[in-house]
Amino acid sequence: MSDQENQAKPLRIGVLALQGAFTEHQHVLNRIAGVGSTVQVKTKEAFEDDTLDALILPGGESTTMALIAERSGVMEPLRNWVQKGKPVWGTCAGMILLSNTAHRTKIGGQALIGGLDVTVKRNAFGAQVDSFVADLNVPCIASPEVVFPGVFIRAPIIESVDADNVEVIAKVQKDGQSEGSIVAVKQGHILATAFHPELTDDDRFHRYFVDMIKALQTSK
Amino acid sequence: MAFNAPSNLVQTNGTSAGTKSEFIVKAGLAQNLKGGVIMDVINAEQARIAEEAGACAVMALERVPADIRRDGGVSRMSDPRMIKEIIEAVTIPVMAKVRIGHFVEAQILEHLNVDYIDESEVLTMADEQHHIDKTKFKVPFVCGAKNLGEALRRINEGAGMIRTKGEAGTGNVVEAVRHARQLTGEIRKVQAMAEEELYVYAKDIQAPFHLVKEVKKLGRLPVVNFAAGGVATPADAALMMQLGMDGVFVGSGIFKSGDPAKRARAIVQAVTHYQDASVLAKVSEDLGEAMVGINCDTLLPDQKFAERGN
Repeated sequence: MSDQENQAKPLRIGVLALQGAFTEHQHVLNRIAGVGSTVQVKTKEAFEDDTLDALILPGGESTTMALIAERSGVMEPLRNWVQKGKPVWGTCAGMILLSNTAHRTKIGGQALIGGLDVTVKRNAFGAQVDSFVADLNVPCIASPEVVFPGVFIRAPIIESVDADNVEVIAKVQKDGQSEGSIVAVKQGHILATAFHPELTDDDRFHRYFVDMIKALQTSK
Repeated sequence: MAFNAPSNLVQTNGTSAGTKSEFIVKAGLAQNLKGGVIMDVINAEQARIAEEAGACAVMALERVPADIRRDGGVSRMSDPRMIKEIIEAVTIPVMAKVRIGHFVEAQILEHLNVDYIDESEVLTMADEQHHIDKTKFKVPFVCGAKNLGEALRRINEGAGMIRTKGEAGTGNVVEAVRHARQLTGEIRKVQAMAEEELYVYAKDIQAPFHLVKEVKKLGRLPVVNFAAGGVATPADAALMMQLGMDGVFVGSGIFKSGDPAKRARAIVQAVTHYQDASVLAKVSEDLGEAMVGINCDTLLPDQKFAERGN
């Protein structure tokens, strides 16, 4: 297929639908130009569909999703997806699952998909009463002069970036921190955000992901 | 008063007026719980079993509804020490119940950092007229409802999440089904109405007009809506999901059964794969004894929890 044909082909994007805010992602994607269809992915068989261009791992409870993924036989397909270099974006719980190391997990730890060279800390800001919305400066998205509403719900943060090719996309400053915590990164085909763009009307992060998918397809 | 439903709960063109940030995080946590199972637990050990089973949250309470029924007497907010132990034991969200209208119990739970408060008819009512003004709290609330009017009154008071009342502690899903059917039926009715008819309908069901209008626009409740009250088996849970609920609370059904861990896992799988009969058949197999259950029509009027609050 030529690059031009590739550009024109509408994207088919899967959303992991084991638990959490997966329909919200579909609703945002469905109104973005260039997205042809969205699919709920919750079985091994769904991964055999090689027309899927990309995958989103939504917010929800990462322990719950990991346990259901293992019991539903989708943990290995998920790991294969990431290892094969196919485009993937994790929000909140999805970011935790993509990380190679996670702190503050349940007793006995939790299974991760891995692939993203970062260390995350779950529930980094505390309980639900500490959840918040913050204005984020994100230079890589469209209209970067307009702040992005970062919705942080019992959110994780990225404690450390563990490889040179992990690009920090956004930080949040809370309670007068001077440095700020890392809350969005990109490493090749992997995008991860600690906050929930799908719970806002601002679709710039979804458009950024769509552009990222197209760029990866073109570079192949 | 303006109300804006949480973003992207339904398909829109993305140009809603934007919800206030405090409500985004309240309703947003409920959005993240969707497709999950919230389990009643009475101690840290049960909370751990629930977490390992894949619960997306736990509800901390001293006695499960079945025992509240058996014991009778006044039922109140749980001992803060027990709630703290459960918060310590698990990493998933912890909810706890307050009596209807008991805003001081709610202040205490907020101070304890619970993640969601259930203003619950399962406990004895503290105020027969007023529910808690939930807009005054930073912690979000979930409330029970039997019909659309009741659900919208609770949302108007600030609830970030709704659940059916069902009939807790019976192991009988019939009332949860009744409430879910009632709610979805009324929503379909609203969708078919002309704007001028909405004024009358809002008056009839004693619901704020602006919320009835929001329901017409969305074709669903403007917040997340779970099933609760009588769910005892994986099939019950999947039934409630197929009836359009966003997730499921299971109270007495798990820890009053023969093999709680196995039943809990089965119900979690059933909620994810609620449309897949092959999964439902597999997880329903060999679960041991279900909770005994009560026929709701043998309950005396004062034993019907769902009648508490309106």
